[in-house]
Amino acid sequence: MLTSPSDRYDLAVVGAGPGGLAAAVTAADHGLSVALIDAGPRPGGQYYRHPAPGLGAAHPERLHHGWSVFADLSARLRAHTGQRRIGYLTGHHVWTAEPGEYWRLHATVGPGAEDAAVVEARAVLLATGAYERQLPFPGWTLPGVVTAGGAQAMLKAGLVLPGRRIVVAGSGPLLLAAASSLVAAGAEVPAIVEATDYLGYARGLPTLLGNPAKLAEGAGHGAALLRHGVRLRRTSAVVEAHGEDRVTGVTVARLDRDWRPLPGTARRIDCDAVAIGHGLIPQIELATELGADTRVTPDGAVALAVDGEQRTSLPGLWAAGEACGVGGADLAVAEGVLAAHAVSGRPAPAGVRRRRDRRRAFAELMAAAHNPGPGWTGWLTPETDVCRCEEVPAGRIREAVDDLGAGDARTVKLLTRAGMGWCQGRMCGPAVACLAGDPQARADSRPLACPVPLGQLERLAERSI
Amino acid sequence: MSIRRTPRTPVELVGAEPGPAHTIEFDGRPVPVLPGRTIAAALWADGVLAWRTTRVGGRPRGAFCGIGVCFDCLATVNGRPNQRTCLIPARPGDTVTTQEGHGRADLAV
Ligand code: FES
Repeated sequence: MLTSPSDRYDLAVVGAGPGGLAAAVTAADHGLSVALIDAGPRPGGQYYRHPAPGLGAAHPERLHHGWSVFADLSARLRAHTGQRRIGYLTGHHVWTAEPGEYWRLHATVGPGAEDAAVVEARAVLLATGAYERQLPFPGWTLPGVVTAGGAQAMLKAGLVLPGRRIVVAGSGPLLLAAASSLVAAGAEVPAIVEATDYLGYARGLPTLLGNPAKLAEGAGHGAALLRHGVRLRRTSAVVEAHGEDRVTGVTVARLDRDWRPLPGTARRIDCDAVAIGHGLIPQIELATELGADTRVTPDGAVALAVDGEQRTSLPGLWAAGEACGVGGADLAVAEGVLAAHAVSGRPAPAGVRRRRDRRRAFAELMAAAHNPGPGWTGWLTPETDVCRCEEVPAGRIREAVDDLGAGDARTVKLLTRAGMGWCQGRMCGPAVACLAGDPQARADSRPLACPVPLGQLERLAERSI
Repeated sequence: MSIRRTPRTPVELVGAEPGPAHTIEFDGRPVPVLPGRTIAAALWADGVLAWRTTRVGGRPRGAFCGIGVCFDCLATVNGRPNQRTCLIPARPGDTVTTQEGHGRADLAV
């Protein structure tokens, strides 16, 4: 159903993770009418993902850090939805946004031509989060090789593990968090394989000292891992996964400063699963499609550019959390609260602003420390699939670059189909750009942010004639 | 407070007391499912990691991103191909079949 235009809100928040939740309840506290729109069935986003009610989890907090923050936010959400100050729409995938005095957000809620919804609001706040950056390696398409975030997500929501003995690999602080929840849940983690040396953090000593909570969080994960005898291998990478129909082991090699594998350092580790990730990519296509300004973060990802009050360059469009640069739940909450104050025309508490600034500085330090080195392409063979959907191997991409003169991801895509499949380049995009020698990180621009049934597009076309 | 031994499973870790399991059918055999799990979670819990073969190489695939982004976890669910099993809750009696290629063999062109 196209909802009636009388449903007009002061603010529509897209995403019910930490940033979106904090923004929605704060704005409602200030008397705004708020629509909170989320694709998931329950609030929390990827970070506060928790077991489905049917699983009867008595202690979901044992899989989380900072659960009390979420408990508070979700209690306030319940109170506001009870009072009808927040319209909470679950299972709504927003696929495009039309700007205007009243913004129109188009969502799909099911496969039928009738399953479309439109939400109108004077202001829109994007808290759409992020997904994981992946760098391909031989064997990464084998069943049992999963993303580190995916292993976390399936564990938190479904209480399942992909295997018993799981190598955790890639780069970034998510690896420590993922490994510590995997071992807490009974998995054996023979190694965490981290491509950087962590020395990058030392350059930001004042920033580190300004964020004792983040240090304590890291130390907490570290202690849990030590207790379980998990070994952290720094400046190393999984350069190959082995197996026929599922993964049975990996080869790990030491890296030089540019992430080039060092000859003669390869070692094999047996395992039945691999959880892998190289940081997170902000999910911002709803805004970039409209031409919102972006910035390149110190790890080479593209995030929305916002001002001191979380305003994007488009009038009426705000953003909070990972969409503005990946920095964790704490930062997302602070940004959500700040944005909600600004949208309601109220001064934000100084403490929140300070916390946002400190956490943002920490996030930038972290991103710089885990910026992928260019030498990672040294672990590809010509047969390694780079695009998982269209099964385009590295050799074919190199051919497009070397023989056919492709110099950017878009041209490679047109010549090879890399990035044209189901995921629309979300998995292979960064890798293809790197192989194409594309120097400048570019914002993804996709007119449709998720798959939409043709019947719903057709109805939209009818309406706009 | 009682002393908690080291949990050996995710279910033990969070002290879950799930409702009674139901059953779905995967490639003709019954798979037990704890209520609330997605199809992908139910298959992982049963030790199954692959439920699709790729269009070009015929290679096995299962869940990769776990959050609806990668589309690697596609399967045919109750006769409908290309369903993202990491997003779909398993319902009692669902029939899941390994999806081959683009899953549209019935449309032979
Ligand atoms: S596992 Fe990636 S979409 Fe389901």
